[in-house]
Amino acid sequence: MTAIATEPTDVAGAVPARAPVIELDSVGKTYRSGSLEVDALRGVSLTIEQDEFVAIVGPSGSGKSTLMHILGCLDVPTAGTYRLAGRDVQSLGENQLAEVRNRRIGFVFQQFNLLASLSAWRNVELPLIYSGVARAERRERARLALEQVGLADRADHRPGELSGGQQQRVAVARALVTEPALILADEPTGNLDSTSSADVLGLIRDLHRSGRTIVLITHEHDIAQQASRTVHIRDGRLVEPEPHHESWARA
Amino acid sequence: MSWRDTLRTSIGAVRDHRLRSALTMLGILIGIAAVILTVGIGQGAKAKVRDQIAELGTNLLVVTPGSSTSSSGVRGGRGSASTLTSRDAAALANPTVAPDVQTVAAATTANVSLAYDTTNWTTTLTGTTPEWSTIRSRTVTSGRFLTSSDVATSAAVVVLGPDTVTQLFAGRDPVGRSVTLGGTKLEVIGVLKALSSADLTSNNDLAIVPASTMSQRLVGGTRRESVDTVYVKATSDRTLSAAYQEVNAELLNTHHITGSATPDFSIATQDSILSAATSVDKTITVMLGGIAVISLLVGGIGVMNIMLVSVTERTREIGLRKALGARPSLIRRQFLVEASVLGLAGGLLGVGVGAIGAIVVPHLTSSRMIVSPTASVLAILMAVGIGVVFGVFPATRAARMTPIDALRTE
Ligand SMILES: Nc1ncnc2c1ncn2[C@@H]1O[C@H](COP(=O)(O)OP(=O)(O)OP(=O)(O)O)[C@@H](O)[C@H]1O
Ligand SMILES: [Mg+2]
Repeated sequence: MTAIATEPTDVAGAVPARAPVIELDSVGKTYRSGSLEVDALRGVSLTIEQDEFVAIVGPSGSGKSTLMHILGCLDVPTAGTYRLAGRDVQSLGENQLAEVRNRRIGFVFQQFNLLASLSAWRNVELPLIYSGVARAERRERARLALEQVGLADRADHRPGELSGGQQQRVAVARALVTEPALILADEPTGNLDSTSSADVLGLIRDLHRSGRTIVLITHEHDIAQQASRTVHIRDGRLVEPEPHHESWARA
Repeated sequence: MSWRDTLRTSIGAVRDHRLRSALTMLGILIGIAAVILTVGIGQGAKAKVRDQIAELGTNLLVVTPGSSTSSSGVRGGRGSASTLTSRDAAALANPTVAPDVQTVAAATTANVSLAYDTTNWTTTLTGTTPEWSTIRSRTVTSGRFLTSSDVATSAAVVVLGPDTVTQLFAGRDPVGRSVTLGGTKLEVIGVLKALSSADLTSNNDLAIVPASTMSQRLVGGTRRESVDTVYVKATSDRTLSAAYQEVNAELLNTHHITGSATPDFSIATQDSILSAATSVDKTITVMLGGIAVISLLVGGIGVMNIMLVSVTERTREIGLRKALGARPSLIRRQFLVEASVLGLAGGLLGVGVGAIGAIVVPHLTSSRMIVSPTASVLAILMAVGIGVVFGVFPATRAARMTPIDALRTE
């Protein structure tokens, strides 16, 4: 597979040599709907180094997804700073953000978020279109990515013709096809049965082994244990785990 | 992302949402076809009037009795006793008086009933001279036209229009047979060639007799010398206005009209007849255009509705594409191309339906239709415009949202 530029310098400017992949400094996120304000994140500070596998656990509504969206540059914090590979994300323009999402991050959603009208390989190909890869190469790389998730024979099927587990594997293929340094997965197994879950998590472990930084939201005890570090979140704050209170058991 | 990828993605989106695409295109199609049909009918009507007026003859001046200062010029108000006489016509035919006049023919008309065997037919009888056929550019298909000896001898002869022949003789050759007009037998000596502007029935349904025959044997009375129309043909289109001046001066002179007195005749040119006629169908064109614009508007509202209904789904799609690294400009470009493809396809289909209509409609009604290329191109541009306005605007708004807001849209 051809590696595309994933160096931190590809966005703009020079960067400290071994900057952490993720540096959150007192990040807050407040949702406003009319007069109602919800503080989904309050003063979250978190550093994630290269090659880490971090699991984020916490009860429902604690702000896990909100945090993940900010990490993936899909949303912007309302307080604090977020440095991705040493660069302040708030200083990036729309086009630079698009490039960061495209080349540095692979995002796996809980709801798959595949385009229903496109076949599996066309869904996988999408990020490559936006990084300007030629058509023939896109096809080849999409095929290889599908092979990696064990769905080479389903390349021409549409999401509606695939099981939930298969759809999530297509989504994983889409996240890894650009060879991003950082993979973010928001409860990727939340909608799957145990066999499918094991498949998807196996893939994610493989990605970690091949040198990628992984951040994963999960409810599964054993998965959290496989991670190199577990971060607990509660009411929008990072907290120390309470030894006997399994706060991240399925809510 | 290359333009080819953009085009491929857009066409793919149009194909993948078949029903929505079809409905959008249908709205545009109906609007465009309506524009093309209505403009086509309007232009067809105009062209028909122009042809009919051209068939009067070329380089023609039409002199009618009565003042026309207040009228449209198609036909001046007809005086109670005609102020125009055959002597006027004779004077205008004098080359020293009017050197730019080539030919003059006076005509008197009356509605009469002709009979052959047991068949009766009411038609327009014209009493005139042999020059009439030159001036009006009419020829005969069988037999011959009037001659000067027919006029000199007030011969009991008649030339019939093709429709008149059909009515009276039902297909038989009328030349040599006689028709009866109020007790007078008239021998049919010729049949006129049909004119294409079949709607103006008087062009093909008419009977022509020598002027002398008409005034002495058929109509008579007080109208012996007066005529209804004097046709004047100028030597060429360049001398037409000179001929106009000569005719005007001579008639003012012979009618003893001086200074500011109102003339008792009026002179119309084909141009003045045409502008009077087109001013009428300008109103029709404006009205038809209004109907077309309304149908286009209705089509546009349909397109807008469909676009709005699909905007939720599209917003999620835009959110996902942004999450995967699409720049806002690429999103806008994709939807611009997609809307243009829809508009163009709908517009082309609309032009196609309009063109089929242009073939079918004239068969169903007697009206003519002209498909104007300008109107077609404008209509297609308008269709693309509709697509762009109603399709790109919501997409641009969605492209400005953060990916997660767009993805979360319900
Ligand atoms: N768009 C929004 N507008 C307003 N409030 C929001 C919005 N998104 C999330 N919230 C609120 O922010 C808080 C954190 O939500 P978030 O989705 O991050 O929780 P979560 O930890 O992912 O929960 P779950 O495990 O159920 O997915 C919740 O109280 C939620 O109601
Ligand atoms: Mg969540």
